[in-house]
Amino acid sequence: MENLIALLVAAPLLGAAVLLCGGRRLDAVGHWIGTVLAAVSFVIGIVLFADMLGKGPEERTLTQHLFTWIPVGDFQAEIGFQLDQLSMTFVLLISGVGSLIHLYSVGYMEHDERRRRFFGYLNLFLAAMLLLVLADNYLLLYVGWEGVGLASYLLIGFWQHKPSAATAAKKAFLVNRVGDMGLSIAIMLMFTTFGTFAFGPVLASTGDASEGMLTAIGLMLLLAACGKSAQVPLQSWLGDAMEGPTPVSALIHAATMVTAGVYLIVRSADIFNASPDAQLVTTVVGAVTLLFGAIVGCAKDDIKKALAGSTMSQIGYMVLAAGLGPIGYVFAIMHLVTHGFFKAGLFLGAGSVMHGMNDEVDMRKYGGLRKYMPITFVTFGLGYLAIIGFPGLSGFFSKDKIIEAAFAKGGTEGWILGSVALLGAAITAYYMTRVMLMTFFGEERWRNQPTASPDEPSAEPAAEHHGAHAEPHPHESPKVMTIPMIVLAVGSVFAGGFFSIGNRFEHWLEPVTGYKHGNPPVSALTVTLSTMVVLVIGAGIAYAQYGRRPVPVVAPRGSLLTRAARRDLLQDDFNHVVLVRGGEHLTRSLVYVDHTLVDGVVNGTAASVGGLSGRLRRLQNGYARSYAVSMFGGAAILIAATLLMRGV
Amino acid sequence: MTTMSQVVNAGFPLLTVTAGLPAVGAIATAAVPAARRTAAKWLALLVSLATLVLAVVILVRFEPGGDRYQLNESHAWIADFGVRYELGVDGIAVALIALTALLIPFVILAGWHDADPLETKSSRWRPTQGFFALILAVEAMVILSFEATDVFLFYIFFEAMLIPMYFLIGGFGDRAHQHGDKAAATQRSYAAVKFLLYNLVGGLIMLAAVIGLYVVAGTFSLSEIADARASGNLDMATGTERWLFLGFFFAFAVKAPLWPLHTWLPNAMGEATAPVAVLITAVVDKVGTFAMLRFCLQLFPEASKWATPVILVLALISIIYGALLAVGQRDIKRLVAYASISHFGFIIMGIFAMTTQGQSGATLYMVNHGISTAALMLVAGFLISRRGSRLIADYGGVQKVAPVLAGTFLIGGLATLSLPGLAPFVSEFLVLVGTFARYPVIGIIATFGIVLAALYTLVLYQRTMTGPVKAEVAEMPDLKLRELVVVAPLIALLIFLGVYPKPVTDIVNPAVQHTMSDVQQKDPQPDVEAAK
Amino acid sequence: MNPVNYLYLAALLFTIGATGVLIRRNAIVVFMCVELMLNACNLAFVAFSRMHGNLDGQIIAFFTMVVAAAEVVVGLAIIVSLFRTRHSASVDDASLMKL
Repeated sequence: MENLIALLVAAPLLGAAVLLCGGRRLDAVGHWIGTVLAAVSFVIGIVLFADMLGKGPEERTLTQHLFTWIPVGDFQAEIGFQLDQLSMTFVLLISGVGSLIHLYSVGYMEHDERRRRFFGYLNLFLAAMLLLVLADNYLLLYVGWEGVGLASYLLIGFWQHKPSAATAAKKAFLVNRVGDMGLSIAIMLMFTTFGTFAFGPVLASTGDASEGMLTAIGLMLLLAACGKSAQVPLQSWLGDAMEGPTPVSALIHAATMVTAGVYLIVRSADIFNASPDAQLVTTVVGAVTLLFGAIVGCAKDDIKKALAGSTMSQIGYMVLAAGLGPIGYVFAIMHLVTHGFFKAGLFLGAGSVMHGMNDEVDMRKYGGLRKYMPITFVTFGLGYLAIIGFPGLSGFFSKDKIIEAAFAKGGTEGWILGSVALLGAAITAYYMTRVMLMTFFGEERWRNQPTASPDEPSAEPAAEHHGAHAEPHPHESPKVMTIPMIVLAVGSVFAGGFFSIGNRFEHWLEPVTGYKHGNPPVSALTVTLSTMVVLVIGAGIAYAQYGRRPVPVVAPRGSLLTRAARRDLLQDDFNHVVLVRGGEHLTRSLVYVDHTLVDGVVNGTAASVGGLSGRLRRLQNGYARSYAVSMFGGAAILIAATLLMRGV
Repeated sequence: MTTMSQVVNAGFPLLTVTAGLPAVGAIATAAVPAARRTAAKWLALLVSLATLVLAVVILVRFEPGGDRYQLNESHAWIADFGVRYELGVDGIAVALIALTALLIPFVILAGWHDADPLETKSSRWRPTQGFFALILAVEAMVILSFEATDVFLFYIFFEAMLIPMYFLIGGFGDRAHQHGDKAAATQRSYAAVKFLLYNLVGGLIMLAAVIGLYVVAGTFSLSEIADARASGNLDMATGTERWLFLGFFFAFAVKAPLWPLHTWLPNAMGEATAPVAVLITAVVDKVGTFAMLRFCLQLFPEASKWATPVILVLALISIIYGALLAVGQRDIKRLVAYASISHFGFIIMGIFAMTTQGQSGATLYMVNHGISTAALMLVAGFLISRRGSRLIADYGGVQKVAPVLAGTFLIGGLATLSLPGLAPFVSEFLVLVGTFARYPVIGIIATFGIVLAALYTLVLYQRTMTGPVKAEVAEMPDLKLRELVVVAPLIALLIFLGVYPKPVTDIVNPAVQHTMSDVQQKDPQPDVEAAK
Repeated sequence: MNPVNYLYLAALLFTIGATGVLIRRNAIVVFMCVELMLNACNLAFVAFSRMHGNLDGQIIAFFTMVVAAAEVVVGLAIIVSLFRTRHSASVDDASLMKL
């Protein structure tokens, strides 16, 4: 069985290699090759899952050692896989949602001439992501970690001829690199502290290491997680990443890659458990991002960017839960899985809407679409209900557990974190209701509108092909796109309930992450009820603003907060002023210094040597007799010197 | 094959032949009649491939676990001064000889048309022959300086390779700039003279140190001096050792190049044709870092330890400074040059971190940097030859018209930024971990280099390859077969060594262990005994 | 006779030759003065040979003569061709090689 693990990674990797090296010959079938290989991975995952269920909870971990990667002295890096319950959860999520999104992309990318390449990149992403969750040591995880970064870079910038897409791709990679720095420093710290960076030995020996060291490692891991999972302060790339094709946003920037940070923290549970400081920082980062993303999500008129804000916020919940320790790990992963379903579904729905609306992304130019796209409306609607935590749907179970766990942290911290989580739930209800109302309800604002304003370029360049300025004719998407949406919608509805019956999910993950039931200071029922109350309040406000009143096509100026939120709470402006401008000045002045100072010193030396030789040159006046004089003079001096030396 | 192996076993001078073959090939190539230009190219290519075969034989014959120096040859040369013709290779030298022999065929193939006459000139036009002969001459001298175990012998080849390099830089510019262009020719000769002067000054100081070493030790033989030092028979006064060390190190730091002695490299790489630029940075400069490992550490262990803090800081400055300057460049080739300066900072840092990981990583880095820079620079050269400009701003949207070119360029760039899965990641991480284990603060600051590397690479890629297609590049053809033959094996090698670097580390590790015991250093031990 | 006197004579001849090289412009005269210096050296060699009682100095003198003869051939050829191109035998006129 364990020999199958490598195949999980190998199948999509093969697909990527074939599709990217295969050339134009494969254009006709490339997308199906990609989809089938993704599905192969999923099937292998299912087989392994079935095998795992047949064993006792403590014997479920499979390992596979391929070969020694880097052997240098004590530094022994292995290529080895470890498949336990945590990895298994991810494998199923990644390959399952991944296969669905491959299928969806067959329809979505139908008119793109570079579709084969797109599927090559998607397969590359799957391989890297599976490697990330299957690695049995941190260095191999790092390979997957950067691999998904690369795939994300390639896919965000898939429409490279658009400068905005190319810039967004570069930004995503760079911000992620800052996080990667954290991961590499963490690995170095592990190596100097434990002499190894394999999961098993490191996590088993945390008891012997000093708490300060563990805090340092934990914080570095958290930095890495912040980069990949778009947490404050490294969140700025996620909004721009929406420049990529929508299936990419669904798969990479909602369901899987951005949750890698949560995986990293939960995987390193023992390190965080041993360091309360690192845990505290983790919860703070989660709580801050949770609000940050939610606020940004409220102000965006671009449907994908609103969803991106929401993703950020939901991952904030997961990070918050992961920071709570054993009372939260399980729920972080549970929310991660349910979120994978409903957020991927929401993005696919958004893609379907854009597909039918000439790739328009501005929600102010939507409205009343439920009549034209019934399947999209229903699936999107179910995703919407799931994310706001409507009782009985997936999001309800997972989010509610996180809020409970936050309160259960105890003390003032618990109250603060719990309240923030509750507030976040209210804002979530608000912005998601807003999205829902602006898109599917109200008047049909896309009719009789003036031509698209030039400063709002549509995200998808395909628009140019079928006339961006014509009035859109909203229509339902083809089956190949709606089927994945339906499957995901089913997941969004039932996954949470399925996991929660008899606390299945807790028992499933407990052997890996540990689980402790947290008791909130108030009863669980109170928490649930207050969640319901804030949900209704949030949704109600949104209804009052966007359901009962017509939505203006041109965005009103809005309050100071709205305007700041539209600009990602000014974080980008800060980056621009401090990092971009500052960096430009720094490099420019360094170029100047290199040219004038460093080079100048050497050139100055050369010039002074040149000047000296210019003087000396005058001695060479061309008169043979003066040369003879100097010869005789020199000989005389030499002889005199010799005589003097010997005479003395 | 028995006969072959018998010949090899019976004192066959494999090392001499490996270096001699390109030397003879250089003369033969230069002697090809002027009209038979293409024959000269093929001859040079065949010679370089034959040298590659010999390098592979060395690789196979070398036993990693055996003696420190193997395949030794020793003959009296200038008996009065105790100068001997002594050759021998350790694992580090073997790896670098293999790299050199590997890259030269690609350099020749990439520069296939770089020295063609612009129009059919008189039949006496000979620079084509000269170009390829000079490349082979450089190869011979570089290989010999990797092989020499006599300090004086090494010095000779270390200096002699400047001569063919000078002519390669000064004599052959980008075809884009036309052979006859006055301004370009002036810049080129400025760059060539600068290259020559910098390295000559370094070499001169080294010569003084070489003579000083002879005065102190009474021999030029590396192994004798090292043995005498190890057994305590040769005591150098602390001051003497430090001065000698500085003399050697200065020359190597110029060649490497280390900040602030680096300014010749951007000029030389900017003005030279792309294959020659690869020759400079991927092959010739490696002699500098190689010599630090072999001569500085082995001959002057105490002085090396004494100088370590300063050198590490200089290396760190190189890393950050080179990367920042790369960000600010407008010229593609100069950008790659500054990136190389940053990478050489990593190599030197790894050498002087005095840990197994640092030094193995540094050696691996030399090999990987050679391959990755060759890939990036040669593709950049193909790009430049199509448009006739080195300025980044003159490009845009190339990806749309020449996707294969853009793809290979991206892979070269990703290798430069040390993406995991490609070879440079392994070496860079080893260097970082090796440095971090002993000097955590320097290790952490150096880690910023990986962010900056991503910045300059991706900015370069974005500005040249993405965005709307510029009118001037709209007709740009994609890579031709010859160019693909150059790039594809390099990329395959980058991936292979990224996934399975063990063949190289196995050869390098024992040599590094020797060096570590020369400097009497042990790796820092972890704080915690990890559970198994 | 005291052989030292030959050395004095050699020194005198050498000085006369050197002075001639320095102050005369005519290439032929300079050339003859150089010969004079060479022969002064020869005289000194022979004198030393006599003083020390071995033949080394005499052998060196023969060598010097051979070299001097060769030098005369080359030197005269240069002077003649110089005169042909410049119509002057003055050494000061031949200054084309200076920077």
